[in-house]
This record gives sequence, structure tokens and C-alpha cells, in this order.
Amino acid sequence: MSSGPLAGTATGSPPRRSETGFDHDLYRRFPTSEPRPEGELEELERIWCAPRGWELLTVVNNNYVGFFYVATAFLFFLLAGILALGMRVQLAAPLLEFLPQDTYNQFFTMHGTVMMFLFAVPMVEALGVMLLPQMLAARDLPFPRLSAYAFWAYFVGGLCFFASIFVGLAPDGGWFMYPPLTSIAYSPEINTDFWLLGIGFIEISAIAGAIEIIVGVLRTRAPGMTLDRMPMFAWAMLVFAVMIVIAFPSVILCTLLLEIERAFNWPFFDPTRGGDPLLWQHLFWFFGHPEVYIIFLPAAGLMSMMVAAVARTPLVGYRLNVLALVATGFISFGVWAHHMFATGMPRVSTGYFSAASMAVSLPAGIQVFCWIATLASGRIRWTTPALFIVGSIVIFTMGGLTGVMVAMVPFDWQVHDTYFIVAHLHYVLLGGMVFPMFAAFYYWIGMTSARALSERLGKWVFGLMFAGLHITFLPMHLTGMMGMPRRVYTYLPGRGIETLNLVSTIGAMVLAAGVLLFLIDLARNFRFTADDSAGNVYGGGTLEWLPTGLYSARSIPVVKSRDPLWDDPAIGRDVAEGRYLLPNSATGLRETIITSPVNAEPQYLQLMPGPSPYPLGAAVFTAGFFLALTVQAYAFSATSGVLAVACVLRWLWETDRPIRQTHADIGAGITVPIAITGPSSHGWWALNVLMVVMGMIALMGVFAYLYLYGIHPEVWIAAPPLWQTGAITALLALALLAGWGARRLLARTPEGEYPGQGPWLTAAAGVAVLAGALYRDWSGWQAAGLDPAATGQGATVFMLLAFQSFCVGVAAVMALYLGYRSGRGLLTAPANVTMDVVGRFISYCTVQGLATTLVVRLLPGGG
Amino acid sequence: MAEELFGTGGVLEAIWGWPPPMLDPAGPYAAPVTTLAWVLIAIGLVVTAIIVAALYVAWRGPERWRRALGGERAVWIGGIAFPALVLTALLVWGLMLTASLSSPITGTERRIRVTGEMWWFRVDYLGPDGAVIARDANEIHLPVGEPVVLELRSADVIHSFWVPHLSGKKDMIPGRTTLLRLEADRPGRWGGVCAEYCGGPHALMGFVAVTHEPEAYRRWLAGRMIGRPRPSGEPLAVAGDPALGRQLFMDSGCGACHRVAGTQANGLAGPDLTHLGSRLTLGAGILPNHRGTLIGWIGDSQSIKPGNRMPSYDRLSAEQLDAIAAWLEQQT
Repeated sequence: MSSGPLAGTATGSPPRRSETGFDHDLYRRFPTSEPRPEGELEELERIWCAPRGWELLTVVNNNYVGFFYVATAFLFFLLAGILALGMRVQLAAPLLEFLPQDTYNQFFTMHGTVMMFLFAVPMVEALGVMLLPQMLAARDLPFPRLSAYAFWAYFVGGLCFFASIFVGLAPDGGWFMYPPLTSIAYSPEINTDFWLLGIGFIEISAIAGAIEIIVGVLRTRAPGMTLDRMPMFAWAMLVFAVMIVIAFPSVILCTLLLEIERAFNWPFFDPTRGGDPLLWQHLFWFFGHPEVYIIFLPAAGLMSMMVAAVARTPLVGYRLNVLALVATGFISFGVWAHHMFATGMPRVSTGYFSAASMAVSLPAGIQVFCWIATLASGRIRWTTPALFIVGSIVIFTMGGLTGVMVAMVPFDWQVHDTYFIVAHLHYVLLGGMVFPMFAAFYYWIGMTSARALSERLGKWVFGLMFAGLHITFLPMHLTGMMGMPRRVYTYLPGRGIETLNLVSTIGAMVLAAGVLLFLIDLARNFRFTADDSAGNVYGGGTLEWLPTGLYSARSIPVVKSRDPLWDDPAIGRDVAEGRYLLPNSATGLRETIITSPVNAEPQYLQLMPGPSPYPLGAAVFTAGFFLALTVQAYAFSATSGVLAVACVLRWLWETDRPIRQTHADIGAGITVPIAITGPSSHGWWALNVLMVVMGMIALMGVFAYLYLYGIHPEVWIAAPPLWQTGAITALLALALLAGWGARRLLARTPEGEYPGQGPWLTAAAGVAVLAGALYRDWSGWQAAGLDPAATGQGATVFMLLAFQSFCVGVAAVMALYLGYRSGRGLLTAPANVTMDVVGRFISYCTVQGLATTLVVRLLPGGG
Repeated sequence: MAEELFGTGGVLEAIWGWPPPMLDPAGPYAAPVTTLAWVLIAIGLVVTAIIVAALYVAWRGPERWRRALGGERAVWIGGIAFPALVLTALLVWGLMLTASLSSPITGTERRIRVTGEMWWFRVDYLGPDGAVIARDANEIHLPVGEPVVLELRSADVIHSFWVPHLSGKKDMIPGRTTLLRLEADRPGRWGGVCAEYCGGPHALMGFVAVTHEPEAYRRWLAGRMIGRPRPSGEPLAVAGDPALGRQLFMDSGCGACHRVAGTQANGLAGPDLTHLGSRLTLGAGILPNHRGTLIGWIGDSQSIKPGNRMPSYDRLSAEQLDAIAAWLEQQT
């Protein structure tokens, strides 16, 4: 092994090769020694200051949005917890009438739904929005308005959805919503529609957040923070966001299918017309099981960071931990059918899913042992976060062990859908997510509150919650084995489960007392502040504990290790005195440094948007669109939809403004370009992620088509003639050419010259051809006699066509927007982000259309 | 009122309760799973103890132990090697057990079709040619020592069939027939429930499995065959006025949903009542069957099992209800 100056430990020296051509020697200029000019800090404060009064609603800065987001998610945790208490009271003794049957059924449906969709996923996403920019020493996340939109959509949609329980219209089909119980025949009321539209809509918010987080983690890290030096939470959030992008389209699709079946009678899940109820289960659990890890992984990332701080020593097994996170992400997509062992699946499939379900516990074991090893290699200080962390390790291990038990198919056949599973999942989720979250509240509250929380009360909070959890859920293992099924609003006397249930109810009260005490602690000590916080109470070593304001760290440090604050005690002072990169605003606007994805080398300066009412408006109108659909107020819904689109376009209007300054000095004489296009730009990354989301929806749609063919081939009819398929393919090829040509035309226009009408008209023509191909496709199937309401084939084929229509519709709006911008002279040559996005989206629609058309016309059943 | 009806008979208490049914197997499809369960529980306890001990060592163990635990080697041993070993062994066992429990159906087994309905179980005994030879509801009679195949179906939404003493559960899915092979090794009564949430009163949807020695089973089934002549001689002597009860049953429209063989009552929407008198339970496995509960059920089924598909006949007087109950008691 070489012992030259370049060889070093994993974290000690800069990477040997540059990723972007950036000269790593430039990092040696920092920290600079010259004093900074007067007034820079004041200018930063002025640029980043938050709006006051009512205008605070237009704020987009992550210090605020992240806090609102966390607070809202916690509110839903409390609300869903209250529902759980109601259920426990009802089950305290047999045949109680505290909650009537239909109310109870709504309660347990809402408890699961709210905990999963309105608390757990938003909470971890919220923690990401709040913590990531500071951890990465970015000024903010790359799309602050998108975060604001994601938050407001969730806030408005979530509260309206929850309110349905006060009027008795809450969904009551279980959080898993299995048809045909949720089909129109057995659930004719709008309760189910609230679930389908409400949750479908909140998924959109989750996906928006995931796009933000992927791009944020990969492109806005402080210079020198290679992938190998990222805080573990950033790794976890990266895997989390990628999983959302892959898993959530599946649930969006299945909620859409069920809503379409309910509204238009297309028989996706109706076995009498070639549908199948199990199609729902496959689609739902393809999302639903990764969902569990989607919740767990970010919490595990938080654990890994806090464990190190609590033991005051670097995390043992950093790379093993990263490997575990990534492996969990992969394997979790291969376990969904373990929720379906009792459906009579073929033995080979149960074997495969059983093996995968066991394999997924390996990475969890790695993480648990990394944490224990870290605690052993340092010295535990018994602070409140430490208590929650150790408690969480014990609880999560126990939940993991019952998880291994139910991964054994014969054992699962017995305990499936009993209280044993209720116990298992609560151990996993409380130990894997809720306890780490409480640890994180205590640990990171210093970032957002002027005072830390009470250590004295904190220990009581932990004690009550830990005891309450075991008293509630430990007996449930036995209750389940005694034969008590899940989702029962009451049970009969004389079955040996009265005492166990009473104990569980008492435990729930103890657990609730712990949470209540936490609220008291919050009321006494929590004082929100965006820029004057209590700080690093527990002595963490990562960048979020640099001195910060609304602009995050004043200057962006060069990162040389995984725990920079521990390794360089002077870094905090140097950062605050502006001795690192971007100690000022180089353009007089909000900005952050975009770095390369692997080695985090500075690439360009991104200008960031400031406060705006439009994300809020777009969110309110998106919520209005979906909620009005639920109650069948179609005119109101359509108006809301149009207004939502208008708001989005208006908010985007300013994000691609032409600027005169092309380069900026980011400190110590290092100059980078401002606002670029193409594969290096963060917008290009975001668009690609969005295409993956759309592609996943289409892919799951194709899966639905093939699946139903496999189950009910007898209802399939022959596809339209082959010449038609050829014609559609030719049209789509033409559209592809137009999407490419529009960008080409712009690129050939010399810089600074007006490109004329050519580029946008070419794009618009491409969309028109796309629409033509779609019409040909649609009418061809109609002529062939395919009826969407008649068979599973009709339903799935026309569903794919409808999804393509939606995409083409979006492309049409985009083309018109492009035309309008072109007319206003905003289409700058030779490269322009808007043109880039529109052109690429048209190409995407073409490829999607081609793929779905060819599959359904040529593959089994089609010929 | 409803509460008093529950738990007054020994039938239901005896078939549930301690020890947990799945740890008290009554047949070869449940027994190996009981062994598996005990092993899994033991592993769970041991591993939890190991983790707690490791945490204790990490906190205040001897310096040498803490050093051993505080490195990547510990992660490789405790987090990778150990679980991989245990899991592989478990997986092999699990796969073999799964295979033996779902051993292929030969086609020669006795077949019983059980259909999940909102919120009860329809039970049809099939002959060798697949024709229905006997009809019943909420009670499944099985011979001891002979494998039986249950054809599980659903008439509406997804249900799940579970008799923990005899085997794991299997879903009843609209549009499909799932098969469950069962065998009992001793006579007895075993509780069963619907384990998949099916809306409304899902909590109150159960049944009883009754196992008989082969000879007794043959006799029992012979007495249930469709088309067998009504037993001659005097009907079972019961207190009250069964003749009036029969009249009221027909006049009140009960026959629109219920079938009683040999009468004009031939409804198929609800449970077959031809042998209600000898049934152990009422209301789909939730009430012991006697005069008091029968009267309560007919008169007020909606407060006993809210949301069930049978209306409460609260317009009938106590005497009228008693008469109907008396007649139904005769239907054995």
C-alpha cells in the first residue's frame, strides 16, 4: 500500500480523483485569514429574513416550514393516539358500549391511517426538511417552495381528512382498505372516498418532499462532504426518499383504481367481471411493506447520530450501517406478499417471501449491533435521549424477533390477523420510530427552541412511556395466541382474554400519561425561535450544531471528516466569522452552493426563491380539488383544480428568470457559474426523479393488466389490428423527434438572440402529435369492442390510456406555458431550464405511451 | 339485556380459554406449529436477554468486555453471523414444515364447502360427486383421524377461516376457492372465528368445529342427509306451543331467508335452520343455544349483534317468541 501524501484513512484525506475537475487543493485556502468586510452578515440577515405577521404564511425557509411540518405531524400523532385510547377503553372489558360498532370501526381505520399516512411518513419527512439543510450546511433545501407546497398540502388535506370523523363520515374499511369490502356494493357511502382521495392526495405531498430530499442530499452538501462523510441521517433520508419514489406510486395507483371502480364501475377488483380482489392486496402491500421501512430507516439514521453523541465517540461500523440502510431498502421491496400468506398463494411464492422477510432482519441486526458497539466503545451519559435510545434498542429488538416469528409461514398462518400482530407491529413501530423520535425531540430541540427540555421531566416521560408500552403490548402477544382477532370492536366474555385486555388498557393509559408529561414539558420549556436557539445541549459533532441563523451557517465549511465539530474545535468560530465558502451573498439574492453528487465538489451557485403565497395557494386549491371530488361538488372541484395549476405556474414564473451575472465568487477567489442547465443542474435531477415516479405508476398499471390476464384470461378479447399499432408507434416516434428538436432549435440560437417562435411551436406540435396517437389508440380499442366497465381487460387498458391522457394534458399545459414565456421574451438562448423541462417531459410521455401501447397490444391477451 | 345472554352456557367457555388454542393442538396440522411456536418463543426470549445483557455490558461491563463489544468485530459476530445462522436454520425448518402442512390434496378426501357470508358461515357437506349432501351453518362436524378438505369461498367480501386448535387460517376470497386440509386427532369442540376484517359486526362472527369418532360421525352425517325422510313418530317434546310457533314462523316471513327442510320455508339468504335445535350456538358462534338465547336472538338480534342482516322481531310478544323458539328447538 502506498504511503504517499494522498493515501489516507477513509475519512482523513481528500478523495484522490476529482469528480468534476475541481482542484481539491483549493480547499486548503480555508479557513481564510483575512478579515471579512463590514456589513456582510447584516446583508445575509436582510436577504434571509422571514416575513412578519400574516405574511409568515408565505414563508418558505426550512427553519420555519420544517418546524410547522414537525408540529403538524406531532399533532396527528396525538390525535391518532386519542383514537387509540378510545379503542382501549372500549376493549377494557367484554361487550362494552363505550364506542358503538360503526364508531369503533371508524376509529381503528383512522388510527392506522392517520398514524401511517399523517404522522409517521410526514414526521420523518418533516424532520428531514428541518434538519437536513443544517446538517449539510446548505442555506436551505434546493426547492424551498416545493417544501412549502408539500407542507401546506399535507396540513390542509390532513386536517380536512381527519375532520371526517367528527361528522361520522370517516372511512371504516381498515387502513388497508381491502376491496370488495370497500367497493361500492359494500361501502356505498362517501366514507371510503374520503380515504381514497384524501390519502391519494397526501401521497402527492410525500412524493414532492421525497424529490426535494433526494436532490437536497445529493446536490447541496457542504464542499468536501463526500458520500462517505455524510451524516447517517442524510444517508437514511436518501434511501427513504428513493423508497418513497418507488413505493408510493403503487398506492397512488391502487387508490385511483378503486376510486375509478367506485365512481365509474370499472371492475378492477370485481371477480365476476375479470377483476380480482387480490390485485389490490399486491399493489397495496408493494407499497405497504416498504412503508414500514420508509418509517423506520430515517429514525434509524437519527439513532445512529444520537448514539454517537450520547457515547461521545464516532459511530462504530459507519459503512456497515450504510450498507444496512441500502440493503433494507432493496430487500423491503421483496417482502410484500408476507401479508398474504393466508390467501392460498403457491408454496414457491410463500417460500420466497418467507426467506426475504427473514433476510430483511439481517440489516436491522447490523444496525442494532452497531449501536450497541458504539455505546460500548464510548461512555454512556444517561441523558433523556440516551434513555430513549437504549429503550428503543430493546423494544425494536423484541419487535424484530416477533417479526422473524411471523416470517415463518406456518406460524404466521396461526397468528396472522390476531392481536399477536398488533403487538408485533407496535413493538416495531414504537421501538423503531416513536422512541427514536422522542429521543430526537430532546436531542435536536436545541435547534429550534430557545430553551432545552427538562432532563428531570424527561426521565419520567421515558419511564412512563417505556413501562406503558410493555404493559399495553406485551400481553397482546398472548391475547392473540388465545384467539383474539384484530379489528374487533368487542369480544365475548368467558374466553380467557378479559384480564389481558384490561391490563392492555391500563398500559395504554400509562403510555398516554408519558406523552402528556412530554406536552407539559413542551409547554414549560419550548420557546420557538428560528435563529436564537439553545444550541448543542448534548454535544453532537455534526454540522447542524454550527452557529446558525435563518441563512443556516454563515459561511459553508469545507468538510474533512464525519464529525467535523469534534475533529476541529475551531470550526464553529471560523464559520461564524465567515472564513469559509460563501461568507456573504454573492449575488445579493438567496443562494446556495450546488455540489457534485459523490465528492461534493462545488459546481455552481443556485439562486433560491424567497417567500411566496403561491405554494400555499396551490396547496389549498389542490386540497379543494380532491375534497370537493369526495363530496361530488364537481364544479367547485374543477375550479379548484384550475386555480391550483395557475398557482403552480405563477410560482414557477420567477424561478427561471434571466440574470445578467453569470459567475460568482464564493470566497477565496473561487469562482463558479450561476444557474446552469443540463445534467449537472439540480432541476434536471428533480425532473428525472419525477419521471421515475410517473414511470412507476405506469409500470404498476402494466402489472395490473398482466396480473388480471393471468387470473381471468377468459374475458380477454383480441387487440385491434397490427397496422394500427404500427401507426401509433410512428406517431409517437414523431413526437419524440419534436421533443428533441425543440431543444435543438433553441440550442442553435446564438446566445442573447431571440429564438423566435420555432422552439415552442415545435414542442406544441409534439404534444399535438402525442394527443393524436392517444386518440388513435383509444378509438382503436373502442372499435375493437373493448368496454372499460365490462371486463378487467377493458378497465386496465382504458386506465393506462387515461393515465397517458393525464400526462399528455400536463404536457399541453407545459407547452402553452412555454409559448407564453417565449412571447414575453423569457425563452433565453441557447439553454433554458423551462425549455429543458418541457422538451424532456414530452419525450418522457412518448416513451411511456410507446411502452404501454406495445405491452397491451402485443403481449399475452393482446394478440 | 344483551350481556346477560352471553356467557350463560358452558359451551363457549369450554372451547376457548386457557391454554391458548394454538398451543393446545388437536390434530396433525396444528401440532407441528405448536412445537415451532415454542421454539420461536424460546429463541425470542434468549435473544432479548442477549441484547439486554449486551447493553448492560456496554454501560458498566468490565473494560475488557466493553472493548470486545465496542468494535466492528462484534457487529460481524452479533449482527451478521449469529442471526444468519439462526435464520437459515429456521428458514429450512419453516420451508419443510410449510411443505408438509400444505401437502398436496389427493382428491379422495371428504370435502366440506364453507362459505363466508356477512357475518356467518354457510356449511355444505359434499358427496363424492361434488353434490351437496347436507346443509348446515356456523358449525362444522369432522371425523377424527381422517383428512378433510375444506373448500373455502366467500359470498361477499373477504373473510378468513380459523380454528386454531386444528390448523392455521386461510382466507375466503370472492371469486376464488381456497383449499384447507384439516385433520382432527380426538373428539371435541373447537372454537373458530373469522379472522379477516369484514366490516360491521366482524367481531361477532364465529363458529364451532365439532369432531367425532368415525362411527359417531357416520351416524351423525346419515341423520343430516338432504332428502332423508322426516323421522317418523312424535316430534321432540318441548315446553310451550310449537304448533303456534311454526305458524308464526311462516307468517312472519322467516322462510324468506331461512330454510327448514320439509316445510315451505326455503330461503337461502340466511343460515339453514333444519337442524337448529341441535346446534351448539346461535348468532354465528356467539351465544350458547337454549330457549332464553333463542328468544333473545329472534326478538332483539340487532342489539346482540348490531348490524347483522336479521331484523329484530320486537313486534312479537314474549309468548309468540317463546312459541317460535319452541318450534325451532324441535328442529334437530
